[in-house]
Amino acid sequence: MREKVPRQDARERIKNFLEVALGYSTEQAQKEASRCLQCKEKPCVKGCPVEIDIPAFIKLLKEGKRKEALEKIKEKNNLPAVCGRVCPQEDQCEAVCVLNKKKIPINIGALERYAADYELVRSSELGARSKNIKSNSAKVAVVGSGPAGLTCAADLAKMGYQVTLFESLHIAGGVLVYGIPEFRLPKEIVSNEITYIHSLGVNIETNTLIGRTFTLEELFLQGFKAIFLAVGAGLPQFLGIPGENLSRVYSANEFLARVNLMKANKFPEYATPLSIGETIAVIGGGNVALDCARVSSRLGKVVTLVYRRTEVEMPARAEEVRNAKEEEIIFQFLTQPVKILGDEKGFVKGLECIKMVLGEPDESGRRRPVPVEDSNFVLDVDTVIVAIGQSPNPLLSKVTAGLKTNKDSTVAVDENFMTSIKGVFAGGDIITGADTVISAMGAAKRAARAIDAYIR
Amino acid sequence: MFKVLRNEELAQEVTQITIDAPVIAAKAQAGQFVVVILDEQGERIPLTLADWDKEKGFITLIAQKVGFTTQKLGSIHPGDSVAHLLGPLGHPTEIKKIGEVYCIGGGVGIAEVYPVSRAFKQAGNRVTGIMGARTKNLLILEKEMQNICDELFIMTDDGTYGRKGLVTDVMRELFEVIEKSTQTKYPALVYAIGPVPMMKAVAEFTRDFKIKTIVSLNPIMVDATGMCGSCRCTVGGKTVFGCVDGPDFDAHQVDFEELTQRLKTFRHEEDIAHEKLVA
Repeated sequence: MREKVPRQDARERIKNFLEVALGYSTEQAQKEASRCLQCKEKPCVKGCPVEIDIPAFIKLLKEGKRKEALEKIKEKNNLPAVCGRVCPQEDQCEAVCVLNKKKIPINIGALERYAADYELVRSSELGARSKNIKSNSAKVAVVGSGPAGLTCAADLAKMGYQVTLFESLHIAGGVLVYGIPEFRLPKEIVSNEITYIHSLGVNIETNTLIGRTFTLEELFLQGFKAIFLAVGAGLPQFLGIPGENLSRVYSANEFLARVNLMKANKFPEYATPLSIGETIAVIGGGNVALDCARVSSRLGKVVTLVYRRTEVEMPARAEEVRNAKEEEIIFQFLTQPVKILGDEKGFVKGLECIKMVLGEPDESGRRRPVPVEDSNFVLDVDTVIVAIGQSPNPLLSKVTAGLKTNKDSTVAVDENFMTSIKGVFAGGDIITGADTVISAMGAAKRAARAIDAYIR
Repeated sequence: MFKVLRNEELAQEVTQITIDAPVIAAKAQAGQFVVVILDEQGERIPLTLADWDKEKGFITLIAQKVGFTTQKLGSIHPGDSVAHLLGPLGHPTEIKKIGEVYCIGGGVGIAEVYPVSRAFKQAGNRVTGIMGARTKNLLILEKEMQNICDELFIMTDDGTYGRKGLVTDVMRELFEVIEKSTQTKYPALVYAIGPVPMMKAVAEFTRDFKIKTIVSLNPIMVDATGMCGSCRCTVGGKTVFGCVDGPDFDAHQVDFEELTQRLKTFRHEEDIAHEKLVA
């Protein structure tokens, strides 16, 4: 049997922002590790976007060598405590595990997390690692400190480059700090991972918006030999329906940034306010929508998740959907908002929706939702959070002459991740549109190799 | 950390802070702004760049003490620091030589109209300045505006200084003179910044004359880098983000009612924070 990961009880956890999954004990980790067949073909390694030698680290865990296991993981993955928590392993490494035939794949994510959390207790042992950096080596600028930027910066530092990581917000981490809530990814874990990357010799400059504070041209003038753009897909999409600019209509990004980054849930101890009512509609079916819903339930609100398809088509992780259900989130499937209703003061007082049925499959392969005529009804809510996706951040491409973008506003790159500007590379959500943490990291690793080849 | 060099009271409840920020000073242009976070518990607030010195590496911000954060900002001592400063942000005001420009500032908005007026003047335009304040004690930067404007009008709501009335009263009179004269002409551009009702009134006034009018909008912001949409406004029927698409917009296209309503979103919470500060 697969070793179960202990979790906080649902009735308790909706009263706090502490982590839901509690992680393996040493005994549990060793028990789970001993289920690994150590097979020769290692399909799990190919299933991992950053190609961690999974059987090797699991073997070390089985032998009780937690530190060595972590070092094995860090050969390939610079953010294991993050990935062990937020990767959709069921679609990646665990999906191709040979034990999956019996539907009980190794819990690779929980084991990676167990290994990574070693550093939380003994960070000093794995201290300064900046010995590789040569002061005469080339300077590389990495723009954006989300998963892609952190990964590329760390890999380049390990290769001996002098790396400066530029971040526009006041805290580094990108979506790991402003997007993913504390109960899925504690901010202490993120700051620990960033401390590790800093210890590799990466210089981190926060409060710097590239395109405004410095242009790309100015970075080259400052002596950077190459630039890696990893500014993500941070532009929130809206529905384009009437009433969307009423007070208490938030984009998921604004809502999550206020709570996760600015700690508005601790207002007025923290100065950033959040104005929400008692009944909240979250629109969307992805992980971001679930994050918004689950944050809202922790703020003591009644939450309805409004999704235009059915549970089967939801892009969110199955585990998070299960968590959300346990946390008493109401799911309103096959429902499309058509209008947000406001009161005389301009605040939300309801969400008018229309019922949908599933029709033929669309380009994404999922069955297209079709409205049912005259099925309009009003959801009685006083706050609306729109979580229907993000597009690539257009700021940099708007202010940078010669930086080519595709029709969907992603930045165009060649097979070596180089953009239309020589020496400027890009990776992560800015070239793919919104995707997972781990796929951004995978692209960033390959881009780091391409940048190394370019500078040589 | 960014060191505060000076903190002066410019007028009643209006504070002027000078901060050591060479990187921002080097890039600053008229019409741009910064985001300030006072301390690690602080919120992110946008403030216009009122002035800067590229050589000495400092920037000047002017804030009206209207709430929790601006009150705290006002009581910062020279030598203390603000935790975070991001900028310069937003599109610079489009400055070119076009003839005569009316630069209109209301209240603390004069802090921004000053660098914009100066830039228009330096670009070779004739600049008519119109400043408005609720009362004499709230008027700022008169001398600075006097130095760069070809002509300057000062209005107070209560008539305690300059002339009694609104900025649009001056515009009406100037336009009446122009109408009767063969020598003078309507301005090529009107630039206005101040409280929303003032910007709206200016926009409505110039609309009939079809005079290009630019306003600098002041919606609520969080990141101010285009990431959250808190600052979204409707301009020409489309949703725009004040922080990255602006802050300058065509005044005749702006939905001022919506902006007014959205600015009230956090009023209740702002009161709570303010009470905490007073207590």
